Amino acid sequence: MRSELLRIATAGSVDDGKSTLIGRLLHDTKSIFEDQLESIEITSQKRGAEQADLALLTDGLRAEREQGITIDVAHRYFATPKRKFVIADTPGHIQYTRNMVTGASTANLALLLVDARKGVLEQTRRHALLSSLLRVPHLVLCVNKMDLVDYDEAIYDEIREEFKSFAAKLEITDLGFVPISALEGDNVVNRSLNMPWFDGQPLLGHLEDVHIASDRNLVDNRFPVQYVIRPQTEEHRDYRGFAGSVVGGIFKQGDEVMVLPSRRTSKIAQIDTPDGAVAQAFPPMAVTMLLEDELDVSRGDMICRPTNQPSANRRFEGMICWFDETTTLRTDAPYQLKHTSRWVAAEVEDLRYKLDVDTLHRDLDAETLAVNDIGRVAIHTTSPLFFDEYRLNRNTGSFILVDPATDLTVAAGMIIGAGGEAGTGTHSIVAENITFHPSKLSREERWGTLDTGGATIWMTGLSGSGKSTIATAVEHSLVSSGRFAYMLDGDNLRHGLNADLGFSEEDRAENVRRVGEVARILAEAGTVSIVSLVSPYAAERDKVRAAHEEAGIPFFEVFVDTPLEECERRDPKGLYAKARAGEITNLTGVGAPYEAPASPQLVTDPDLETAVRQVLGLLG
Amino acid sequence: MEEVTKARPAAVELTDLDTLEAESIHIIREVVAEFENPVMLFSGGKDSVLMLHLARKAFAPAPVPFPIMHVDTGHNFPEVIEFRDRVVSEHGLRLEVASVQERIDSGRIKVGHELESRNRHQTVALLEGIQEGGYDAVFGGGRRDEEKARAKERVFSFRDKFGQWDPKNQRPELWNLYNGRHRKGEHIRVFPISDWTELDVWRYLAQEQVDLPPIYFAHEREVVEVEGLLMAVNEFFPLPEGRSPERRMVRYRTVGDATATGAVASQATDYGLVIEETAATRITERGATRGDDRFSEAAMEDRKKEGYF
Repeated sequence: MRSELLRIATAGSVDDGKSTLIGRLLHDTKSIFEDQLESIEITSQKRGAEQADLALLTDGLRAEREQGITIDVAHRYFATPKRKFVIADTPGHIQYTRNMVTGASTANLALLLVDARKGVLEQTRRHALLSSLLRVPHLVLCVNKMDLVDYDEAIYDEIREEFKSFAAKLEITDLGFVPISALEGDNVVNRSLNMPWFDGQPLLGHLEDVHIASDRNLVDNRFPVQYVIRPQTEEHRDYRGFAGSVVGGIFKQGDEVMVLPSRRTSKIAQIDTPDGAVAQAFPPMAVTMLLEDELDVSRGDMICRPTNQPSANRRFEGMICWFDETTTLRTDAPYQLKHTSRWVAAEVEDLRYKLDVDTLHRDLDAETLAVNDIGRVAIHTTSPLFFDEYRLNRNTGSFILVDPATDLTVAAGMIIGAGGEAGTGTHSIVAENITFHPSKLSREERWGTLDTGGATIWMTGLSGSGKSTIATAVEHSLVSSGRFAYMLDGDNLRHGLNADLGFSEEDRAENVRRVGEVARILAEAGTVSIVSLVSPYAAERDKVRAAHEEAGIPFFEVFVDTPLEECERRDPKGLYAKARAGEITNLTGVGAPYEAPASPQLVTDPDLETAVRQVLGLLG
Repeated sequence: MEEVTKARPAAVELTDLDTLEAESIHIIREVVAEFENPVMLFSGGKDSVLMLHLARKAFAPAPVPFPIMHVDTGHNFPEVIEFRDRVVSEHGLRLEVASVQERIDSGRIKVGHELESRNRHQTVALLEGIQEGGYDAVFGGGRRDEEKARAKERVFSFRDKFGQWDPKNQRPELWNLYNGRHRKGEHIRVFPISDWTELDVWRYLAQEQVDLPPIYFAHEREVVEVEGLLMAVNEFFPLPEGRSPERRMVRYRTVGDATATGAVASQATDYGLVIEETAATRITERGATRGDDRFSEAAMEDRKKEGYF
């Protein structure tokens, strides 16, 4: 019996053979029916083509067939004895970024194609960026048309390396490569005899085996209430169930839970499914929860754990992709925002920047976003949302914007974090209800109850050395395995906590002190703090270590020892180029010194996977 | 990347069918929570039986909180009508019938002759039924694997006040955030089983032991082969001149207008055998059984634009 459902988003440029590849997968898994094949053969013949054009299978609308282009996301289905696959096939044209975003939003895996003769194109980079932005957990690059380059290993290697170095700038946790010929069937379903040098799996084998169960967030319990079931029948007079889909964590009968926004607590009396009560519920189960106490709970409320709540805030920062062709983003007009099961009125307070998806350049002077544009915005809602960062939870971190004038979905967004500048009064319901008093918990009680233990991993190294990439992967791995972990990224913190600091020697020292304090507090609370910070001065790092030692919290200094030349070659933020051009001063390694650690706990290996394993090894 | 995370016990994973079920239930609940007056189309065909089964599960132990509507062509298989009425009474449902026959009798719908396929005419009855009931959401059992125009359909599909679909101007649909906003007179068609394939439907109905009209399983019937379709000989399909009927073991893969729906030769008398046949078949269900979908490459797209389900 098949065990899982895998959703794939495909993307590629025009003519790179994407439709042929999908046609090949469907054909070789016997998912194309004879009458479909016959119908496309007739159409192909009418158009004077010699072979049946498998692309016709996915082009469903008359306009698409007439113009020979794909306009809209098409869904295709196939299955093997191991898995059922749903392909969201998205067109490759530049103007259809929104379709790629749509397909990627629910995908477990993104399948990108490049033509072996053309290599990595602008489109390829764009699609990789979108996959990374939408946090598609797995990415596979198919180097297609290998038959047209004589199955040359060197060409494949070159493309692979080029793509790898681009992907290093993105947040991609799992990247795979397969050299294929979709037309000839090499390495699609069956291993290619033409490429004996390739020792990986053919594409289908990879799709069947890629491990997706851990991609869900099984740590942070989140249950947005969708609907209240009150049968009011003779038999079930007192039944009051909160129906919804679990989007995070594992809820168990008897668990203590908190309902937001009321912050009332109760225990789970029963978890009902259509097939009866169950002991536990996890994503993506659709269940009905019954609580022990009679609480006022309605659609849009969020059930979580009292010890692990989402952010509750009216202001947040997010990346949005603009979809609407007839309007552009306005910062002076109201929108309707849908997040989990809530609709709220919202305004976009500020466009922070527009992201050039080809160069990753941030245009701080952009005034608006038009169709297919992506940018970072600050959003203010009329009532609080209960959210997590998108990178931690795709369900509680995503939203859509709807124009109330047209009812059209004009944008989709991913939450980066809570917002609120000084003076704007970040209006959190948590703040309203909390009074501070000394903790009654010892560390042993706290860590013991939470079944966790805090520590700080301090990653130091030059800009572009790969600290954040390693930190992200370590964080993901820890959280997936059930540990509390949180990445403190130097750049991210400079948007908020350290927004008042520059790059002078004093400011850098203060930056390190603050991040060190936050890391220690988080670790005290039971979290593994993963700090990604240039932190160039040995003395400041030593102070942080001393503070941790004093508090008795494990502190691991990790040196990401990437040579300056390599950092400069990568230059993910364009800083070295600017420094060399004299546009910025004080860049560590160029205009400011970097003091390498004398005796770090770990010097990371240049290979990402190895580095991640090494770092995880520190925690034992 | 080598797996560094610890493996989760199998107990926190869903099978593909359970995942599909959970996603469909989420959609059905979302509609009931956000719309004032939903209705579910129900023909007695296997897809609508599946959809109704999911709706019952979505709201248990409460009853299904909306009526069902049968767009009745008047060209029915009696076994299906019998089944429909039994389901309605067993589960205490409210049934609305949008009758094509009534509209023919009153002159609203003009037909060429009594026994032409009424699939096209269903659109009029459907749109009037929606309007008369004041429904703002209409559940349909369409699946994306059925047909290439349906492959492009959204789960929440907007219809203007004339009931029309504009395939080039569909709302983007991301994550499970559905936008069902609409004005008075407009409505949303909702397709909760979009991602199910024919084989998924059969496997699930078998797993759940759901009752189906008996014509879905192999039985003996008088049929005549016309243009590759096995047509049952009855009041809706008189024997073509010069032909004689033969008794064959057949079953239906779809249930539509009886004048245009063909059977397939089959020995599959139970769920297990039907699944085996479905897994092995090389012809789509519509290609095998529906005369009306064969007219042109864009037959379904055209009908959908006009408001067909």
